[in-house]
Amino acid sequence: MNALKRIALLAALVASAAWAQGNLEINTPAISQIKSGMQARHAQLAPHYASGAVGLGADGTVALREASAVPLAQRQAVQGLVAQENADRAALYREIARANGHPEWEADIRNTFAQRWIERAQPGWYVQSGGQWSRK
Amino acid sequence: MNRALYALLIAAAMLSGCVTINIYFPAAAAEKAADRIIDEVWQLKKEQGAKPEGNQP
Repeated sequence: MNALKRIALLAALVASAAWAQGNLEINTPAISQIKSGMQARHAQLAPHYASGAVGLGADGTVALREASAVPLAQRQAVQGLVAQENADRAALYREIARANGHPEWEADIRNTFAQRWIERAQPGWYVQSGGQWSRK
Repeated sequence: MNRALYALLIAAAMLSGCVTINIYFPAAAAEKAADRIIDEVWQLKKEQGAKPEGNQP
């Protein structure tokens, strides 16, 4: 009887672990804060994705791939936006891994995001694969 | 005696299953999480007070 109880308890544990695998935790204050910063910045970055000045990198970052597409006066500002965006993205990947108790997943999460950003980029945006830039 | 041994073996098998689940990177769950965050960052789904005019290039 006691053994049965133990087995039932273990079965429940296995079930909860399987359920936990269905979703990653992304609703922490740290993640929400990073996300809202990125959302606000997107309005400024979007025109530069469209012009091709900024592209979506293969490593889950954004890159200033064609600086000449940005008027000289704005170039420094766009460089700043790209740097801030990349800092937020790095923090986002790290926080998701941490929030799920697996800091070692950071690189996998980065790769997953890299694929999804590129997959979901709008037509006309530049995306990178195998070191090459191409227009969607 | 034998039954206790069986119970122990089953428990060990289940426990190792548990560990396996947690070690491997949950790729499908990560994709879902990524898509939810991308929806919000790029405002692809009008959920929470989206500002349409702020989005025009």
